[in-house]
Amino acid sequence: MSAGVNKRVLPGFGLSLGFTLVYLSLIVLIPLSAVFLKSSAMTWDEFWSAVTAPRVVASYQLTFGASFLAACINAVFGLLLAWGLTRYTFPGRKIVDALIDLPFALPTAVAGIALTAIYAKNGWIGSLLDPLGIKIAFGPAGVLVALIFIGLPFVVRTVQPVLEDLETEFEEAAASLGANRWTAFKRVVFPTLLPALTTGFALAFARAVGEYGSVIFIAGNIPMVSEITPLIIITKLEQFDYRGATAIAAVMLVISFVMLLIVNALQAWNAHRFGRTV
Amino acid sequence: MAAATIDARLHGAGKFEVNPATRDSRWVKIAVLGVGLTYFLIFLLLPLIAVFAEAFRKGAETYFSALVEPDALSAVKLTLLAAAIAVPLNLVFGLAAAWAIAKFEFPGKNLLITLIDLPFSVSPVVAGLIYVLVFGRQGWFGPWLLDHDIKIIFAVPAIVLATIFVTFPFIARELIPLMQAQGKDEEEAAISLGASGIQTFLRVTIPNVKWALLYGVILCNARAMGEFGAVSVVSGHIRGETNTMPLYVEILYNEYQFAAAFAVASLLALLALVTLALKTYVEWRANKHVVEGQGQ
Repeated sequence: MSAGVNKRVLPGFGLSLGFTLVYLSLIVLIPLSAVFLKSSAMTWDEFWSAVTAPRVVASYQLTFGASFLAACINAVFGLLLAWGLTRYTFPGRKIVDALIDLPFALPTAVAGIALTAIYAKNGWIGSLLDPLGIKIAFGPAGVLVALIFIGLPFVVRTVQPVLEDLETEFEEAAASLGANRWTAFKRVVFPTLLPALTTGFALAFARAVGEYGSVIFIAGNIPMVSEITPLIIITKLEQFDYRGATAIAAVMLVISFVMLLIVNALQAWNAHRFGRTV
Repeated sequence: MAAATIDARLHGAGKFEVNPATRDSRWVKIAVLGVGLTYFLIFLLLPLIAVFAEAFRKGAETYFSALVEPDALSAVKLTLLAAAIAVPLNLVFGLAAAWAIAKFEFPGKNLLITLIDLPFSVSPVVAGLIYVLVFGRQGWFGPWLLDHDIKIIFAVPAIVLATIFVTFPFIARELIPLMQAQGKDEEEAAISLGASGIQTFLRVTIPNVKWALLYGVILCNARAMGEFGAVSVVSGHIRGETNTMPLYVEILYNEYQFAAAFAVASLLALLALVTLALKTYVEWRANKHVVEGQGQ
């Protein structure tokens, strides 16, 4: 048997690839292209004034600012949690580990009303903060809390496998060369974790930018103050301003594509750095 | 010492704690766990507890009566229906995509993998909007659908479509890397021994990927039942007709029926807990599968 004859032993290439492409096009690509085709039907001035109206710009600032801050906070505490879960034994570790993924499994609307109940003035945490003059729910801080919740698993889950597979030899070498634990972490462990940490950060940020369900209950949705961009799209749709909604959606889509490329590049860096393909 | 090493290996995290080079001081451990677990408690555990506490605040009777409301039951039915259509379709898609990508070489493969992941990076609100642009009254097929009296937007078909979109990559992205890593040797052996394509697929491929498949289905189902943003845009919020459970939670909440809203929400929270439990079990089984496979 020559290799040439055997090139395609397995059947079903045409069928499986054909189905994949048709399904992908019908469900994802063609509907997504509607956003750009509808936007291109607008004049440039019309498009520009829709996407740069003061209320819309204020929503970008809130959405991106809060998403960035939430991703930073999750990077710090996510690293701490990943470290605790992989390096230490403590009672309840497996339960904590399993519950880290709760934000992936809990519907966002449920998270939204639960967080609102906790952080409102009469809630479990809100009532503790209220005497100090700190208001979380129904303002920009509420948006931040919701985005922290939904972004929490990303950094933990990207850093954890790297920490688990990390050979102890590097730290042993560092210790034998006289480095203390902090120096060993800073100079040996942390650089190894950096690609995973950045990937987790980018994933949390990308998820937060588009988030809607968990935010709208706790945000208060005050125009110019605590109104996120996805909510503006919904508001415009409800007012039958399809062009305005589409223009803003086009901006958000372009940003999602850029984020997707960045995440892909980071994951390639991660795989290269760590020598693994997962 | 040898016994201690073996014991530590068995316990995973323990191996770092017996090795002096990787052992942190007691105070570091207390500080890291103290801060990390407080963060976990405040941002993750409290919301989960709050759902059940608020649901039962007015007693068990109010709780159960909120769940047997006709509107609640129809929301449950619609949620189950959307998941029952979206999950199998995305399952077939995931298997087809993974088969094509893992078993054959063709140009543009990496682009295809990236495009399959695309729905994850699209905001749920935009995911809903795109179907309004295609099927809505002012959309591409709007006038035609109106003439033929077919309702897609603000009706069940759009809810199903939006659900399919947001859960699109879940099963494919579990299967593709696994099937790529497994290669095609086993399938080729089966074919050369005279098995048909279907037999090979069912008897060789599926058993090899069953845990990843199940894992993808569990996550896909959880998202399908819990999706809010995308479904909210296309639903029209007609009580008893186009409300899924998450949308019904929102309506009750906005009507200040907090106990009822949290009662329905608690069902979704239970679903989330079951999802996490199943997911942990499947991860455990899949690991065992790998370890046993290596032992043979």
